[in-house]
Amino acid sequence: MNLPNPTPETVISLQDVDKYFGDFQALKKINLSVAKGERIVICGPSGSGKSTLIRCINRLEQHNSGKIIVDGNELTDQVKDIDAVRREVGMVFQNFNLFPHLTIVNNLMLAPRLVRNTSTEEARKQAMELLERVRIPEQANKYPSQLSGGQQQRVAIARALCMNPAIMLFDEPTSALDPEMINEVLEVMTDLAKEGMTMICVTHEMGFARSVADTVVFMDAGEIVERNTPEEFFNHPQQQRTQNFLKQILSH
Amino acid sequence: MNFDFALIMTSIPQLLEGIGLTFQLWFLSAILGLLLAIALMLMRISGKWFLYVPAMVYIYIFRGTPILVQIFIIYYGLPQVEFIRESFMWSILREPFGCGILALTLNTGAYVSEILRGGVLGVPKGLGEAAAALGISKVQRFIYITAPLAIRLSLPAYSNDVISLMKSTALVSTITLLDMMGIARIIVSETYAPYEIFISLMIIYLILTWTTQKIFALLERRMNRHTIQ
Ligand SMILES: Nc1ncnc2c1ncn2[C@@H]1O[C@H](COP(=O)(O)OP(=O)(O)OP(=O)(O)O)[C@@H](O)[C@H]1O
Ligand SMILES: [Mg+2]
Repeated sequence: MNLPNPTPETVISLQDVDKYFGDFQALKKINLSVAKGERIVICGPSGSGKSTLIRCINRLEQHNSGKIIVDGNELTDQVKDIDAVRREVGMVFQNFNLFPHLTIVNNLMLAPRLVRNTSTEEARKQAMELLERVRIPEQANKYPSQLSGGQQQRVAIARALCMNPAIMLFDEPTSALDPEMINEVLEVMTDLAKEGMTMICVTHEMGFARSVADTVVFMDAGEIVERNTPEEFFNHPQQQRTQNFLKQILSH
Repeated sequence: MNFDFALIMTSIPQLLEGIGLTFQLWFLSAILGLLLAIALMLMRISGKWFLYVPAMVYIYIFRGTPILVQIFIIYYGLPQVEFIRESFMWSILREPFGCGILALTLNTGAYVSEILRGGVLGVPKGLGEAAAALGISKVQRFIYITAPLAIRLSLPAYSNDVISLMKSTALVSTITLLDMMGIARIIVSETYAPYEIFISLMIIYLILTWTTQKIFALLERRMNRHTIQ
């Protein structure tokens, strides 16, 4: 596959990030930097802190210590306008989280209209273009409950793209889907990667990781245990914990 | 026992002379109570103790005591307080109608605020997160995502409260108001026919309840059309 190369410019940087839930430490001294256009896949066992990590990047969770810099803005309590940072960072959730009371096209139009003051016509035009891109323009006037899981997740991706984000975060976008719907979502994500989108994707789809990722990160117990190119990661895992994990998921 | 069916029919038009007052008490306190409920609910979910503690105490008191007692305290008790007699509120509290509206509003506000809070808490957290992740501000998330969904979730319980408020309006006949219940009591004292009169009254209240239920059912169907496959 022909994927564009990441540029050396760093768009996300985490330095010694710790995150606690009460006494429980969910992230331990996380260091990670993401270059513009880089595609990172994060994997690891359940409860290892993958979701927590990417949720810290758009501050759905607040880290307790360390530094997170996104697109030049450090995320702190003092960040006056966290909403401004969030506009640059799209997020796709495991459970789609489409707004159930709005039609598909209105799901896509809401944020541009509220946040960017885009006119209705302009927002609609852009929404329809994005629905074309995720290959479901014909569903525009339905409600989310009338769509299949795979279609809903593609709408969720289109919704995130409506804000023209520089970075996309995916939290297990295919794990709530029936097997026959996984590919349609992965295809849309692969298209995005080809267009040079900076992506951080939590997923256990190893085929996707191999073909699309520049870097695979393995987490366990709140730590980054290993990071490498997909080739090295899958063929020559360095750490015992990585080897055990790969053995487990590849045996399925 | 002599049961006078004709009296049931003839008393209904007389009772209906009070329906205007019943409607006034009902609609006015429903609207004011809803506004109060929204304020209380926002205080309750604010996360600030100096807002949610007073709201909780208020709700506890008004849900934990009989509405009749609340009506009596407002009607008989408040006029004793000098500073109230000297304030602008006196023009309202001097009249039994004002006292009735106030009591019903304060009472229904407490119940409805808890219904609305249940609705807000029932909105899946992920939807607010999805909106937050799009850069939509906290206030706009509440207005465009949480509120519309919370209203849909609250509607069944809210319709029960509206009906229960309608029935509570009958209690203000105890403070001299001539709503349908007040009129019924007068007719009974003149005719000595409590069964017939109160059965007529029941019929009218049942029709009101039935109609209200139907209207809310229609509203629910309309609002929930997005969930119908
Ligand atoms: N809001 C929270 N309150 C308390 N503990 C939490 C909270 N969110 C996550 N945790 C805990 O933090 C740890 C990491 O959770 P996280 O959701 O990041 O794991 P994950 O790697 O995404 O797992 P999964 O593969 O199951 O999604 C878990 O032990 C979880 O129980
Ligand atoms: Mg997770």
